[in-house]
Amino acid sequence: MVSVSLTVNGKAVTREVEDRTLLVGFLRETLGLTGTHVGCDTSQCGACVVHVDGVAVKSCTMLAAQADGCAVLTIEGLAQGDQLHPVQAAFREHHGLQCGFCTPGMIMAAVDIIRRHGPGIDETTIRHELEGNICRCTGYHNIVKAVKAAAEQSGGMAEAAE
Amino acid sequence: MKPAAFAYLAPTTLAEALEMIDRIGDDGKILAGGQSLVPAMNFRLARPGTLVDINGVAGLSGISGDSARGISIGALTRHAAFHTPPFSGPLADLLAKVVRNIAHYPIRQRGTFGGSLSHADPASEWCLVTATLGATLHIASLTGTREVAAADFFRGTFTTALQPSEILVRIDLPPLGAGWGTGFYEFSRRKGDFALAMALTALRIEGGTIREARLGVGGVADRALRLAKTEAFLVGQPAHAETFAAAAAMAQDSIDVSEDIHAGADYRRDLLGTVIRRALAEAAA
Repeated sequence: MVSVSLTVNGKAVTREVEDRTLLVGFLRETLGLTGTHVGCDTSQCGACVVHVDGVAVKSCTMLAAQADGCAVLTIEGLAQGDQLHPVQAAFREHHGLQCGFCTPGMIMAAVDIIRRHGPGIDETTIRHELEGNICRCTGYHNIVKAVKAAAEQSGGMAEAAE
Repeated sequence: MKPAAFAYLAPTTLAEALEMIDRIGDDGKILAGGQSLVPAMNFRLARPGTLVDINGVAGLSGISGDSARGISIGALTRHAAFHTPPFSGPLADLLAKVVRNIAHYPIRQRGTFGGSLSHADPASEWCLVTATLGATLHIASLTGTREVAAADFFRGTFTTALQPSEILVRIDLPPLGAGWGTGFYEFSRRKGDFALAMALTALRIEGGTIREARLGVGGVADRALRLAKTEAFLVGQPAHAETFAAAAAMAQDSIDVSEDIHAGADYRRDLLGTVIRRALAEAAA
């Protein structure tokens, strides 16, 4: 067993877990934060993207023990109460989802993309940046529209959310 | 639980890490970025009894030097460090081009340069860079540090000169200074997938004539290959399309290309010619 202390969505947590616990398993099973999804177990699909110390990573290939001392942000940490995060709101507005399985990872990746590229990001860049997130409903068109819209109306909102 | 049970160790110094892997031997694995090892463990293709996580070991990451003098890369340097290299010139341009082809952005935040070499996937971009440019690898163990040329390091698919008691700590890339042009072309079915074929080259051209050449290919055999004969052919030739086509044909004839579920040998041999021609044309442009 290994003791892991970290902050998840701003709250400090400490848990004893098996050494082999993946970060995504820690979030979903130990903490009950099931918004982060497991698609492929191999870092290919992006459903498990969370932010570790402000950077988008795939939580299915990182151990919980490796997040010791880190700040983790998951999809559950984006909204302020009933107020959706602007990227979440844009996904709803532009129908950037069908079945919703890839959505948490898409949104967490998008928040990082907008933070890095700012409001002027173009569609080609968004599509390249989303290469690590797979949508099996093939809904990329509206996802890209949602990310672009969120970026345009943001102007620095992503930093505030971190 | 996806991976089989293992013990997790997190040393904070190189000496401590070396002592651990020496004691554990064959049953241990070093965890760097984990972007290949952890998926293999999730599918239980790899079942190490102990993981020695070197992410907390001080002094293993960072890039120093420049294009004119060559650079030193700490083994734990993340792929993402090459998105905007901390130096300029042809070597920086080449590495910044290559890194965009390694998997996806979140993976590049975790995966490491040294981890990629130690894993030795035949389609690894960094393996191709080190093999083609003639890198020197610095390998530490309890008995000291040894240097191994990239040409001697890669032994085959997922196989290197590393012993279980050793850690790759630093990689030196030789200079690629003013006057060199670089080219890289990779073909994969989807962006971020493993290369079905890729070529990397650097040319020094004076007055339209190639004076020096580096050329290597990856994803087509059990390891990245530096094409010394084709390099020798290129020197003294005019830097134009006919030369590049002849060089591509020469490489196609000399390599026994691999065949797998993703591509048959004929198709891969055809791709090989295409990626070489495109990389050479880019370097000459």
